[in-house]
Parts: sequence; structure tokens; C-alpha cells
Amino acid sequence: LFSNEEIMKMSVLQEINPNVRNMKPLEYSILAGRLSQIKEELRQGVKKPYQEVLDVYMGDPHKGGVKPLSFVRQVLAACLYPQLVNSSKLPADVRQRAQRLLGRCDGGSVGSYTATRGIPETLIRVSEFITRRDGGVPSNPENIFLSPGSQWSLSILHVLLNPESSPRNGVLSPVPCHNTTTMSVTGLGAVVVPYYLSEEQGWELQVEELHRAMESAKGVCNPIALYIVNPGNPDGHVQSRKSMQEVIRFVSERKLFLLADEVYQDYVFGENSEFVSYKRVLSEMGPPLSDTVELASFHSASKGWMGECGLRTGYMELVNLDPAVMKHIFTMFSTDTCAPVLGQIALDLMLNPPQPGEPSYPLYHMETQNIKNTLAGNGKRAVEVVNSLPGLCCQPLEGGAFAFPKVYLPPSFIQKAKEAGLEPDTFYCSRLLDEAGLLVGPGTEYGQKEGTYHIRFCILTSAEIMEEVLTRLTCFHKQFMKDFS
Amino acid sequence: MSHQAANGVPCRGKVLTVDNMNPRVKKVEYAVRGPVVQRAVQIEKELREGVKKPFTEVIKANIGDAHAMGQKPITFFRQVLAMCSYPELLKDNMFPEDAKQRARRILEACGGHSIGAYSASQGIECIRQDVARYIEKRDGGIASNPDNIYLSTGASDAIVTILKLLVRGEGCDRTGVMISIPQYPLYSAAITDLGAVQVHYYLDEANCWSLDVAELRRALNAARQHCNPRVLCIINPGNPTGQVQSRQCIEDVIRFVKEEHLFLMADEVYQDNVYAEGCKFQSFKKVLFEMGPEYSSTVEMASFHSTSKCYMGECGFRGGYMEVINMDPEVKAQLTKLVSVRLCPPVSGQALMDLVVNPPQPDEPSYTTFMKERTAVLAELAEKARLTEQILNTVPGITCNPVQGAMYSFPRITLPQKAIDKAKEAGHIPDMFYCMKLLEEEGICLVPGSGFGQREGTFHFRMTILPPTEKLKVLLQRLRDFHQRFTQEFS
Repeated sequence: LFSNEEIMKMSVLQEINPNVRNMKPLEYSILAGRLSQIKEELRQGVKKPYQEVLDVYMGDPHKGGVKPLSFVRQVLAACLYPQLVNSSKLPADVRQRAQRLLGRCDGGSVGSYTATRGIPETLIRVSEFITRRDGGVPSNPENIFLSPGSQWSLSILHVLLNPESSPRNGVLSPVPCHNTTTMSVTGLGAVVVPYYLSEEQGWELQVEELHRAMESAKGVCNPIALYIVNPGNPDGHVQSRKSMQEVIRFVSERKLFLLADEVYQDYVFGENSEFVSYKRVLSEMGPPLSDTVELASFHSASKGWMGECGLRTGYMELVNLDPAVMKHIFTMFSTDTCAPVLGQIALDLMLNPPQPGEPSYPLYHMETQNIKNTLAGNGKRAVEVVNSLPGLCCQPLEGGAFAFPKVYLPPSFIQKAKEAGLEPDTFYCSRLLDEAGLLVGPGTEYGQKEGTYHIRFCILTSAEIMEEVLTRLTCFHKQFMKDFS
Repeated sequence: MSHQAANGVPCRGKVLTVDNMNPRVKKVEYAVRGPVVQRAVQIEKELREGVKKPFTEVIKANIGDAHAMGQKPITFFRQVLAMCSYPELLKDNMFPEDAKQRARRILEACGGHSIGAYSASQGIECIRQDVARYIEKRDGGIASNPDNIYLSTGASDAIVTILKLLVRGEGCDRTGVMISIPQYPLYSAAITDLGAVQVHYYLDEANCWSLDVAELRRALNAARQHCNPRVLCIINPGNPTGQVQSRQCIEDVIRFVKEEHLFLMADEVYQDNVYAEGCKFQSFKKVLFEMGPEYSSTVEMASFHSTSKCYMGECGFRGGYMEVINMDPEVKAQLTKLVSVRLCPPVSGQALMDLVVNPPQPDEPSYTTFMKERTAVLAELAEKARLTEQILNTVPGITCNPVQGAMYSFPRITLPQKAIDKAKEAGHIPDMFYCMKLLEEEGICLVPGSGFGQREGTFHFRMTILPPTEKLKVLLQRLRDFHQRFTQEFS
């Protein structure tokens, strides 16, 4: 056939979008390759110290053994197969909900497209939820957009970031931070401007650090937005009201657009912690701030007690935006037609759950309490176990779905990592995967202070899986410290 | 918190304004959900509030949404999906065994046995394998590698992803993307959004919207003056035009992309929607491989499919896939990296795609019902395609090419000069003016041809053939009456 020289590829590396090329590749892809191999080896009966791999890399509760909520799944099933609406196999309130929701779908089918921003009734439900949550602060359904996952909502970045601007636009982004947002920023040709959370202060955000970050951007880019995750991912810190007020004043002074990723808002278990939304704090600060600070808040069906990551739906609420800009955002959203309908329905249920007195309430309440307690228990247990191990140190977990302990890596190990061509914490994770069948994320993936190393693992799992994760980690790490000290 | 009124008062002091926002986004348009549709939604609201109009309902023939127009879902698919959602139903004997087997298999492949878990960003592996097998079967045995399959959030997601991957360069080196006129406006929107250069090639209306390679060459050569054309997009069966490309044409296009060193994007979401006698869907990949290794080992392409169209019509699931052929491995790694940013496509859409590529077989209990439903849907669409073409061609001033496939008719309308002038005076595009008037007077919602592109001085509209037959007849009747009135009013 034809030799490589004769095949002149069209799509060679030099010829692709440089913004895509510049997106940092995932450390995960290194580990994922090895994960596939190990799974295959296990399938073929190769003997290992474990019979299956525990994957707690992603914030995925169902993968971690948390069960879906019965009510949600029953309603979805009835919406998918409407004959169930008339059968007595499902509780009455499930059937009523399904009927009502199907009535809002064109042709009575979840297979139809919906209006661009989402099913109008659901948008009203979302705005009612927001108002309730925020102690009465009004929310306008016109400002709400449902999308295929909160990451997609970051298409607001699309509107904010001008790929042709010179100097380039910048987005202030926390370190550590889950990586898909930073990838999106780079992919749009903009610059990520890191601000470091203070690990020793429980991953607090200190406003001086925001000032420093702005300074660092001088001559490099023009920062136009600040991205903040509360509760934090991967750090698990829940911001105080005071800190949030500082951030709001900061973005106002510096003329930055505020992007508030609040998908973990239900996961708060720290004793003195409380989630309050950026919108609420902004409103309570009164005019002129409350009328002028431009804000986009994000929530998702992937989190909460429902944990329906696979449905891929979230919402974005826009506050104080220029109406002319809103029109363009709408047009842009319309090109993708709409968010998956099952996800929209799940979101509706999530923000509008069974109430006391309704047939599904007892089971719903029991299931959600169970998950809530398990999460709090896992958080406690994870910190306890991790902090008992030499060389591992985890800040107190106030919320979120992860533990992000610091790992001390001895110089001899770092040297070995260099030889293997891997980041030291990625190398740690790959050995953990190989030897203990436990997949966690390396701190490199999320960013960390130079010279420090971390691992991230999901704590939103069943209690049994959490225990097993901690057991494997303990066993591996003790041996690791022996081998490399 | 104040809600600024959109009354023309400039919003001073805003961080994000129309002046500093991404200028490309400002230029994005999407007619399928554009001004006519937005007005239709308003009118529906007014009707609900009891406002009197010359009609009692708006017939929406603007979007390719079959279920919205009363088409029924395929029973088997919904049974499997219901069980995937609520696995307790697996114990119930209301569902057939073959449906249960599929549900179990899908759940087995999901994290925590739940469709609520994230999947790998490229899509669930066993589903990609099923897709590859489907492609092989469809294409007469030509091998398909599951590694080259990327499941996506509808075909749109995959299309935009490939364009995003390939658009680069500055000034005269900026990537040019060849797309038909008329086209499905996702392409123009994505091209605009990415700041690429749109390179038009005109389909031949006089010849049933066929594609002529000479026209491709003309467009390409003209484009080379001001940009770097690297991609050719083709929709087959066509949207909005409905033409089904002939074998010869497909071969010509493949030869063209090889000679001219272009990446081929083949949008084949309507592959089961073929109605006209003598027309047959053949995938670009199949033809490519049948042309021998000189082509099959060099031409780089991506084909797209979706769960939104064909006989399933499951738009709301946002299921889709693309198959990439001959992509440089390093570029493919970049593609894999790029798709990981959005985590994964909706798992229910992936599951649905699995069923589409792996439907009931002749020896399975659900086969008879499945085939009956599938055949009925496609037969009804074929009949409506024929009816639409027939009736529209009886209207003086409207000419309609045969609707060979897909779900739309894109007839040409003759507008009196007075109407054109009136429209232009009011600052409207003439066919937009026509469609707005049609909406206000008859309650029919169509999309103006200008939203899809057309030759200068010609006017069209796109209507779907999806409304139920009786309603479709009413629509066509009213359209005929309107057109005659309109012609008289402006003569």
C-alpha cells in the first residue's frame, strides 16, 4: 500500500486549532489507559491483590455505590413509557407528576425538543426554588437557561471571551480547581489567571490573593471574569459570608464578571458551615452592588441527592446582565436546540421534591437522609483515616464531594517519577492503581502550589465503598512510606 | 435587584456589553428558532389568553421534531429505556424478554449499574462496539473500528467539535469551510462562532438540488483568494433540500476532496429517510472504501448520525455519534482530549443509540411490532413527502422539487416586485416578510429560505412534512390560499 511519506495527512497536528492544542492534556488519560489494561487483565484471570478496581476519580455518586432516588427514577420511567401512568405499579404522586410533566412536552413525548432555555414550567419551578433557597430574593425565569450539564453553561465563557482581543482575555480561576473549566478557558484562546486558595487555612480564599493575581496578569492578559467554586472542588471548603462579600466588592471594583459554580451546594456537613448563594449575598449587600455586579450562577442535576451525572443537565441563572447581551446568549443557546429532556425533568423533580403527606415522601426522605448522613460520615472518616497516616494531611472537610489531602513524596520517589516521565503525584496514583486497584486523581490535574503534591478522591460513595477505599489507601501508603523513606 | 428594561436605554457601566462581548457570537443566527418562531410562540400565548385570531391554533412546521407533531415513539426503545431508568421494572412481566436483555446489558456497562453515572467521555465502550457493528452491516461488511466512534450529544455536538478542532490560521490562512447553499444553519452558526470562513457551493435547484463538482471547484478556487479552505461539509440526505445524492455524485465528491486536500464532513442523520423511487442512501464511507485503497487509506473524513431523525424522531434525548476515518493519531488524541471537557454525552441518549443500532432481530419477540411501527412511520413520511410536493406544485408561483428524503420541503416562491419593495422598505428580507405575514394571517409557522441560504434574487421557505396528514393538508390548503391572496395584494 502507501507509505507514510506518501500519505500527506490533512489533519496533522500542526494544522489544528492551536487553542485546542494548548489545552492541557488530562493526567487522567495516562491513568485511564492503565485502568483499561488492569480491567482486561482481571477479566482474563490474572492474579492481583484485588478483585476489582475502585474508581473514585470522578465526583460520580452512582458509580460510587450511591443508589438513585426511587421517586426520580419512577417518574422518569413513567415519562419514558406513558402506559405506566395508568398502571397501579407506581405510586399516585409519581403518576401525577409524570402526567403533568408529559403535558408540558410537545406531543406528550420526552422525545420532542423543548423551548430553547428549557420547558417553561420547569424554568418557573427553578426560579421558585432559587427564591425559596435564597430567603425570598426574587428570581426571574427569563434569566434561567437549562443546558446539557453545567460545563456547557460555561458557554457563557463563549460570550465573555473575545478570541480576537489583544491583549488576550483572562479568567481568574482558583488553585486547586477541577480542570474542565480551565481547559474551556484555554480552548477559547483566553488565559487562566490562577489565584491560590490557602491550604493551611482550610483552603480559604483570601482577598489579598485576588489582588496579587490581578497584578500578575499585568502585561499578560486582560482579566474580565472571576470563576469561583463554592463549595470547593476539590478542596471541600465552604465560603463564609464575609469572604463572599469581599469577593463581590472585589469583582465590582475590578469590573469583573462573576462566575459562581455552586453545584455542590447541597453537600455541606462541616459543623460551622452553611451554604449561602452568591446571589443571596449580593442581594443582601443592597444597591449599588446588588444592581450592578454581573453574575452567572450554576447548578446541576449531577449533584444534590439525585446525583444524576449521566443525564447531563444543569442550569445557569444570569443576574444583572445587559438585555442586549442576553439576546445574543439566547441565540447562541438556540443553535444547540435544547438540553436533554430527561435531564430537564429530573431537574424539575430535584428542585421540587415530594412533600410531607405525599405517598412518595417517606421513602424519598429516608433515601435522601441516608445519602446525606453517609456523605457526612464518609467525610469524617476520610479525614480521620488520612490524617492518621504519616505523610498524608487533609484539611477539615466542610462540604463538596471530595477529599484533597496533601501527600508528602520523598525525593527518591520524585526522582523515580522523573525517570518515568510522569508528574510525581500522577506516578503515585499510577502505583496506587497498579498495586491497590484504587483510582484517584493526582493534584497536578487540579493545580497546586509548586513543590506540593495532592490526591483527590470522591467521598460521595456508599459507606462500604468508602471504607474499602480508605483501607486500600492505608495499606498502600504505609508500604509506600516504607519503600521510599 | 433591578431588572433593566430593554427600552433602548444604554446600560452604562456594564462589564459585559455588546461592544466588548465576543464579536463572533453577535453574528450568529439560527433561523430554525429565529424571529418567525419566536413570534409564533407569542401568538400561541395570545391564543391561550383568548385573543381572537383568524385561526385557532398555530401549525408549527418549522423544526424537524417528529414527536412534537404527533409521531409516536418506537415501543421497544421506550420499554428498554424505562427499565434502564427504573430497573425494578425488569422484574415485571409487562415487558418482553428481548427488551429486558438489552436493558440488562446496558446497565451492566454503566458505572454503578446506573444510567445516572458518567460514562467515558468517548461513550460507553460496548455501545461504540455496537455502533461499529451496525456500520459494518450497513456498509456491506467494510470494517469499522470502535475506537473511531465518538458518541455525542446529538450530531450537532460532534459537528461543532470537529470544526473546533480544525479551524485555525489568521487572515488569508484562516480556515475556510465549504458548505452547501442552502444549508442547515447549525453549520453557518458554528462557522461564524469559530471565526472560520464560510465557503458556499450552490446546489442546483433546476436539477433537483443535485451537487455539481464543477460548482465545488468554482467555489474552492474563488475562496482560495481570501482564505485557506480545508473542510467540505455535505448533508446527505439534504437539509433543507431533501435530495439524496447519487452514487456517482458521492464518488465525484470523494475524488474532489482527495485532489483538493480537504477534510470531509458527511452529515448523514437522515439516512433512513429516503422516499423517492430510484433513490438509495449510500454512506460516504462505503463509497470511499469501494473506491479502493488509493482513496480509502488517504481521505480523512467524519460521518455523523443522530437519534433525532429517521424513524425514531427522539430529538429530546440528544443522542448521536460520529465515526472518524483516517485521522492522524496525534490529532485524534487531541480530539479525545477536546471531548473530555464536556465530560460525557447523556447516557440515556447513548443507550437509545445502542438500541437504534441494535434493534430487534427477526427471531426476537419484539421484532414484529418493531418492524410494523418502523415501516408505518417511514411510509407515512413518504406519503406526506409526496403529498407536499404535489399540492405545492399546484400553486401558481410556488415550485417544489421532489422531496427525495429527509423531512422538509424547500419550495421556491415567486414574490411580486411590490412585495419585495415593501419588505425592503420595512427593513425586512422579503421571504421573512412573507413568512411573518403567513404566520399572522394563517397561523402557519415556517422558516424563511434566507435562513438557509439561497441564490440572490430567489426566495424560498422551509416547511417540515411532519404534521399529521390531515393537518398537513390543512396547512397546504391555507398556504395555497395565502399565496394567491399575497400575489394579488401586491400585484
